[in-house]
Amino acid sequence: MARKLMKGNEAIGEAAIKAGCHLFFGYPITPQNELPEYMSKRLPEIGGTFVQAESEVAAINMVYGAAGTGSRVMTSSSSPGISLKQEGISYIAGSELPCVIVNIVRGGPGLGGIQPAQSDYFQSTKGGGHGDYKLIVLAPSTVQEMVDLVQEAFDLADKYRNPVMILGDGMLGQMMEPVEFKEREIKKVDHSSWATVGMGDREKPNIVNSLYLDPQELEDHNHKLQRKYDEITANEIRYETYNCENAEIILIAYGTTARIVQDVIPMAKEKGIKLGLIKPITLWPFPYDVFNDYVDSTKAFLSVEMSMGQMVEDVKLAVNGKKPVHFYGRSGGMIPTPEGILENVIEVLGGLE
Amino acid sequence: MQEAAHGRAPAVATGIKRAIPESIVFTYQGDGDLASIGTAEIIHAAARNENMTVIFVNNAIYGMTGGQMAPTTLPNQRTTTSPRGRDVSSAGNPLKMAEMLATIDGPAYIERTTVHNIKGISRTKKAIQKAFQNQVDKKGFSLVEILSTCPTNWGMTPVESLSWLEDNMMEYFPLGVYKDIEEEK
Repeated sequence: MARKLMKGNEAIGEAAIKAGCHLFFGYPITPQNELPEYMSKRLPEIGGTFVQAESEVAAINMVYGAAGTGSRVMTSSSSPGISLKQEGISYIAGSELPCVIVNIVRGGPGLGGIQPAQSDYFQSTKGGGHGDYKLIVLAPSTVQEMVDLVQEAFDLADKYRNPVMILGDGMLGQMMEPVEFKEREIKKVDHSSWATVGMGDREKPNIVNSLYLDPQELEDHNHKLQRKYDEITANEIRYETYNCENAEIILIAYGTTARIVQDVIPMAKEKGIKLGLIKPITLWPFPYDVFNDYVDSTKAFLSVEMSMGQMVEDVKLAVNGKKPVHFYGRSGGMIPTPEGILENVIEVLGGLE
Repeated sequence: MQEAAHGRAPAVATGIKRAIPESIVFTYQGDGDLASIGTAEIIHAAARNENMTVIFVNNAIYGMTGGQMAPTTLPNQRTTTSPRGRDVSSAGNPLKMAEMLATIDGPAYIERTTVHNIKGISRTKKAIQKAFQNQVDKKGFSLVEILSTCPTNWGMTPVESLSWLEDNMMEYFPLGVYKDIEEEK
């Protein structure tokens, strides 16, 4: 299939439609508006439904309702809007409903700004809403990867009956790149044992809820969720490594930042410094184990983020004190430059000598 | 059945109805749910004329959480969070949801009924039937607000609470059909 030049946010929309998502509930917020705009144009053309909700809170609850019928459904927002959706996300996770939530991250806290950031890492990977739950969090670093991961997100959501978050940032959402929509089979999953699609021939109604007033029942439910999260961790970790064999320093970066770090690797080589990159694609489950492959051969790790230091905590858990872990970040919509990162690498190396 | 978060039932019902338009979808909501935390959701579901049925039970108090002041608690009515009676100068005024929603162009049918006597129960039954028939006939958003008692949290016997409803609630929340697109034709 021919490649097409598309803006990140619009490519997400088309990828979702090609994955069989015919329902979208959204609310305007910069920098993700092109996505609901695209869906409002495209979905009616294919007999789908777009609703602009009265708030992010309403939009995620519409997703809850539609997901409860077993339909493929998506919503999108950006950081402050995702904060508003957290109540619904917790209910969706607690009720084990499949859906895809896109967060095109902007700088915070509070109203923050409208420029790209990665400061929602904690919110996305450590919960965000109340209770013990996990989202599968996928972090693309190109528009093509965004397309591929959005399509995969729907399969993962259906397979595990779990919400999946696509964690992009304002840069990826606004960027135009050539993309290819690969032909892929929509994996049909039978949801008839739990979805609320009417009584049909059933004797008992299907009930979608997350209420367990008996403490033992709630604990059992939490154990069940945990077993599912363990299964996801065993099966679904995705990451890429570049140049990590015998690297002096291994940088860890995802999304937009991973692309910038890829430019730093040849710059460092010219100065005689061998850098590697671990690029997590699933931020949850985080690829802790890959660090074991390189922890003996490298001198130190450096987490590069568009935040004040969030993923670095997972890097420290992965490295477990065996080697120094450093952090370099820009925030508030400031983008790390290759030069800034390289300067930081040299500082880290100086400190090691 | 789907259990919705407090106040969010009209949004959840919208999601279900949009996913499976041929299904019959209704929400069952109390006054704290529909007239306080979920005000935005009910107003916009009505404005979109979602083809659904809403059963709204108004008993002027938060019953499940133990008798706190509701958005429909009457002026001077005592609750656990208005122990000296609802002072409208600081606690605000009760919301008349049927009247408010009837000002919106979207809805097909809005009626307020009561279940404190046989006549009221019989009228309520008819109203609920109509609210569902409207959905079957694809006429759109239909809501029945039902005045109801809460003897436990009102601190009254069941019989006393029936007269309190008639003497106090019905004056503030008059019964009647507030909107019916059939009659407008």
